[in-house]
Amino acid sequence: MAQMMLREAIVQTLHEEMARDENVVVLGEDVVGGMGTPGGPEAIGGIWSTSTGLWGKFGDRVIDTPISESAIVGAAAGLALSGKRPVAEIMFADFIGVCLDQIWNQLAKFRYMFGGKTVCPAVIRMAYGAGLNAGPQHSQSAYSLLTAIPGIKVVMPTTPADAKGLLTSAIRGDDPVIFMEHKALYGVRGEVPEGDHLLPFGHARLVRAGEHATIVTCGFMVSFCEQAADMLAQEGIACDVIDLRTTSPIDEEAILDSVEATGRLVVVDESPPRCSLAADVAAMVCNKAFASLKAPPELVTPPHSPVPFARELERAYLPQPSVIADAVRKTLAYR
Amino acid sequence: MQHSREALLHAYRQMKVIREFEDRLHSEIQTGEIAGFTHLYAGQEAVAVGICDHLDDNDKIISTHRGHGHCLAKGVDVKGMMKEIYGKADGTCQGKGGSMHIADIDKGMLGANGIVGAGAPIAVGAAIACKLDGKGGVSIAFSGDGACNQGTTFEAMNLAAVVKAPAIFVFENNHYSEHTGPSYATATATDIAGRAEGFGIKAWRADGIDFFSVYDTMREVLDYVRAGNGPAAVEFDTERFYGHFEGDPQRYRGPGELDRIREERDAIKTFRERVTGASLLDAADLDAIDAEVATLIDESVDEARAAAPPDPADVIKNVYVTY
Repeated sequence: MAQMMLREAIVQTLHEEMARDENVVVLGEDVVGGMGTPGGPEAIGGIWSTSTGLWGKFGDRVIDTPISESAIVGAAAGLALSGKRPVAEIMFADFIGVCLDQIWNQLAKFRYMFGGKTVCPAVIRMAYGAGLNAGPQHSQSAYSLLTAIPGIKVVMPTTPADAKGLLTSAIRGDDPVIFMEHKALYGVRGEVPEGDHLLPFGHARLVRAGEHATIVTCGFMVSFCEQAADMLAQEGIACDVIDLRTTSPIDEEAILDSVEATGRLVVVDESPPRCSLAADVAAMVCNKAFASLKAPPELVTPPHSPVPFARELERAYLPQPSVIADAVRKTLAYR
Repeated sequence: MQHSREALLHAYRQMKVIREFEDRLHSEIQTGEIAGFTHLYAGQEAVAVGICDHLDDNDKIISTHRGHGHCLAKGVDVKGMMKEIYGKADGTCQGKGGSMHIADIDKGMLGANGIVGAGAPIAVGAAIACKLDGKGGVSIAFSGDGACNQGTTFEAMNLAAVVKAPAIFVFENNHYSEHTGPSYATATATDIAGRAEGFGIKAWRADGIDFFSVYDTMREVLDYVRAGNGPAAVEFDTERFYGHFEGDPQRYRGPGELDRIREERDAIKTFRERVTGASLLDAADLDAIDAEVATLIDESVDEARAAAPPDPADVIKNVYVTY
């Protein structure tokens, strides 16, 4: 297995899938980069360097678009309805406000409202998340919002291997997928399997095992939860840390099995708290495993606030490992 | 105007099917058996048929919330559509879509759309697919004068021009965006096609009441686009015989306006006068089609009424392929 960064795993997957299936089409702002400018094509190769080299190899199947998010997602929908497998990039998840109709009313609903007579195999990739001091309009975690939409799947890899396995499944699957990449995870390194590597959706990853409490999380918060679990381990507290990998579908079985064993639930979610993934998981556990609970579920989220810019403020906004550890201790102290 | 007898009979039949389908819905809706919102296309038949008569299943269209005419002209099954509007299990979309969301992908009909202006970007994606496939297919985005004010339409025209997609932006100017007239709602009310020209897209304008005007214009437009020149736009001046939605009392219309357009701007009447006046068809030929179509629509309503409703258990069917 090769060591690589998460962003390299994405580039590799796109190369492999475009080579494997000529129906795969990549489109987005600057996915080629430099078209029509003095630096020439591929001067950029995607602002996240996640589409480097695709244009040189696949030409017309890699389409640089104007800054037009509705047109990008709409075009992906039209391509998908016409037998193609588009992988569109929305540079920042924050920009879904511009193109939400095309995600919410179009992509997500075509199969259903056309009576099952079509598939809509579009993948919309987008970078999300706080931690880079990018301010309120370039730092949001839109996954709770998107998870609430029936008809699309929401996927959030946290390791390079998962990025490859989940993106391959997203491209080859017949449902529309929102594929969310945390900006702070692009540089994370890890082993990536060579050749075909597919991960099924709705199957969480048990990051570490422990009998005292269950921490359910996803995306960038996985690493914060691991740090919290390390702190707690020094106190003799062992936690299950569950990386959901996909929030739609969600692995209910993994969550319920763990909570039934530990009796304590902490949900750690980078999106704002109201009507959130955290609320969703806590409600599901209360509804289906109430008798197993030895303490009320703890929801660890940012405040109900936009993401601030300054380092000190953003640090206060994101649930830090110490806060997560405190939440676990609170469930253990409950009487 | 060089059409075979068969082609003329076909065009008339298609227009007549749309008119009868819509007129019949207009009366049936009074019975209360049809749920939800219905937006009728009657009056605009020459546009849908004059365009779709040039197309085959390899060509794509994206329609509007006033989509019955486009669906019928593209060859979607009349009885399946009627059942869909009646919300029946074996309707075109199994009762999941209803009037505003009818699609038939195999026919190249990629969907009517309940969101005004949503279709144009989707049509550009379909056009890019046509270009990649290299089989000469085109993709047509139907928009009304209302949708022409949505940003999506502008994004779509710009993207199509940038990537030279074989997309055709058809603006059916029926002079009303919902209930609001163009002198208020559309800053370029007298020339929507000019907006496309602002994106460097070649544009045509024609009378949308006269089938032959639509047909001949579209031949030029399609020749231009199929030759690889990139996108095109065309604006048709047309009329809407009914309200924005069924039940709309149309208080915003001027005095005598509806009587006047029905008298002077009726596509069916215009077609009949043209073909009989030029001795291309006899009135008897057309009357025979009228009778045949009336029977077809009677049957489609009877069958839709009698058809089984969907099984409530199917409410969650087809949200995903696998979940």
